[in-house]
Amino acid sequence: MSGLQIDKLSMRFDLPNGSSVQALKDVSLDLKAGELLSVLGPSGCGKTTLLNIVAGFLAPTAGTITLNGHKVSGPAAERGMVFQQGALFEWMSVRENVGFGPSMKGMPKEEKAKIVDHLLDVVGLQDFKEKAVYELSGGMQQRVALARCLANEPDVILMDEPLGALDALTREKMQGLVLKLWKETGKTIILITHSVEEALLLGERLIVMAPRPGRIHTEYRLPFAEMGVGQDLREVKKHPKFAETREEILGMIWDMEEEIMGRSEDA
Amino acid sequence: MELLGNLWGEFWAVLTTLFVAAPYIIGYVLIILLMMVIWSGIKRLLTPKHDYSSLKTVTFGDESAVTSNTVASVVSIVLIFILWGAFTGSKLLPGFMHAPGPFKGEGSFEYTITTPAGDSDTATVSVVVHPTGEDVAAPQVAPGDGIAKNDAVAIPIYRSELLRVDNNDEMGRDEETFITAVDGQAIAPGNSVDVSFGRVAMSDKGTLNIIPATGMQMEPIWMPSPEAVWSRLGEIATVGYRNSTLAEHLGYSLFRVIVGFMLGALVGIPLGYAMGLSNWFRGWFDPIVEFMRPVPPLALIPLVIIWAGIGEVGKIILLFLAALWIMAIAARSGVSGVRISKVHAAYSLGASKWQIMRYVIIPNSLPEIFTGARVAMGVCWGTVVAAELVAAEKGAGMMIMVASKFQSTDIVLMGIILIGIIGFSIDMLMRQAEKWLVPWKGKG
Repeated sequence: MSGLQIDKLSMRFDLPNGSSVQALKDVSLDLKAGELLSVLGPSGCGKTTLLNIVAGFLAPTAGTITLNGHKVSGPAAERGMVFQQGALFEWMSVRENVGFGPSMKGMPKEEKAKIVDHLLDVVGLQDFKEKAVYELSGGMQQRVALARCLANEPDVILMDEPLGALDALTREKMQGLVLKLWKETGKTIILITHSVEEALLLGERLIVMAPRPGRIHTEYRLPFAEMGVGQDLREVKKHPKFAETREEILGMIWDMEEEIMGRSEDA
Repeated sequence: MELLGNLWGEFWAVLTTLFVAAPYIIGYVLIILLMMVIWSGIKRLLTPKHDYSSLKTVTFGDESAVTSNTVASVVSIVLIFILWGAFTGSKLLPGFMHAPGPFKGEGSFEYTITTPAGDSDTATVSVVVHPTGEDVAAPQVAPGDGIAKNDAVAIPIYRSELLRVDNNDEMGRDEETFITAVDGQAIAPGNSVDVSFGRVAMSDKGTLNIIPATGMQMEPIWMPSPEAVWSRLGEIATVGYRNSTLAEHLGYSLFRVIVGFMLGALVGIPLGYAMGLSNWFRGWFDPIVEFMRPVPPLALIPLVIIWAGIGEVGKIILLFLAALWIMAIAARSGVSGVRISKVHAAYSLGASKWQIMRYVIIPNSLPEIFTGARVAMGVCWGTVVAAELVAAEKGAGMMIMVASKFQSTDIVLMGIILIGIIGFSIDMLMRQAEKWLVPWKGKG
């Protein structure tokens, strides 16, 4: 069985004061290989928790995750992760950062150099190969992070708001790059974002999560990612259905936020 | 309550000293301001400013507009040497720059005696003030007429002389004849009279105390001139002091610091890593490290001397202890300072625990360790000098301590300057090493 299956995943955190928080409750998902899923939701809906469990950094209190037929029980190279920022190794050059995964596997130098060169071409950083990562701009750093993840040939790429810290223009360019890489590599991608537009543009599938307890609220299947590959993303945004879905989801998240506010006011 | 009273008295004494020093401090500040005005005038004439900051309208409060002015630094250092030279009568400075020096040469004053019968007579005392160390005889003077006879005396610079001027007079204090005036001004026991070359005071018994003016310069025994310190440096460097050359003294001090620091780092860094990576080790060593860290290494000197004597072993144990806790704490915070996302990223790139240690945790902790090493080297250098002050066969601290016992202030001063230069160089070297070895510091 290929793909990623999330089955009745629950996560409860026990707080020091004796109470507990139900971060996730009965979350189930079935991702086929090569699907791009974007995850939206108000703060506290458990989307980062979900990603950390899939990555293997957290063990769920109930439920299982299965990747290509085997159960996930810890972090592994098959599930690569791209963080918002600050996860690059600043003591290594761009080249060494990208080659980190292959190095850990003990890949021969020439083979590794080939992979690194290819990926730096793909993300357009060939000229910055020997630079220190802290000399690059935020957008370039995220390109390095993407390349580093891809160099390891993971089956699934987990992205935790990878473009969240970038300015609007850079962000648009990077969205195009993510789509391009997705199409070219055929990886399964789970992308967490705060931006509804980004989720619509990049998500072939999109889930909106609701908080307390964290659960899947609504699921969409969207055409925009396919439309956007290699195209001007601004054209995609002009699609009438795009605006309509955006408003619908914004309304949905708005209501959730309202409800949270209301509940905390009652308390 | 008595303690409080005593402390208040001490505090008052400190305030008084400050008050006495105040004119000099104010003078120094005025020199600084004067130099600033002069330099800004020169600069305006020389180079109209055209860099990016020349158009800034807000500079006061703008941190980026304040940089260290090199000219000010140079002038400040030069001024220190000038002041040093001026107040020690240095030959490196032209005479007009000297502070008023002590009186030197010949002078004289007259004294008047009055007999019980009411007669009075006047005689002259010739005074020769000569440099210390020179053997100068009092000049020959004719006794002159009258009851009072002329006298002569030779006095070394900065000294005073009690002189029984009436010893050779025809009628002295045994005949109830007393000195009543000096240079025409009345004098009585306990009083003094200003004369051309200084002051003449009268003791309680009626003897004149001749006090040539000392000026504002400092006596070499308190503060030797720069050239005296420099020539002493040459002498100690070649001939040596207390059976060791200067290089040996400094070499021993540095050797102790380096060996002590190395051992401290060798034990402290793994200890810090263990504390940063394991709850058990953190719990085990936290109380020990947190207790030992605030204990000044100097406070351990007596114990170390009791246990290990004053030889190299004792010194190195002391410096080892001085460096150990600093390095352990630096390594610990270096390890705990690693961003969890870096560790997560490494795990999801397939790194093993050992690889995380080698490629993430250790490089991530290096900047902290370097900062710790800089602090530790500074503390070790201070500690070794202090330990040598207490007891040592060789070393920079021992050198200045022994020199101070013989009032060789020039050696003390030279030693202090050298200790400062070495401490400063150590810090500079560590900074440079940091730049080369951990260029990513603060960039994460």
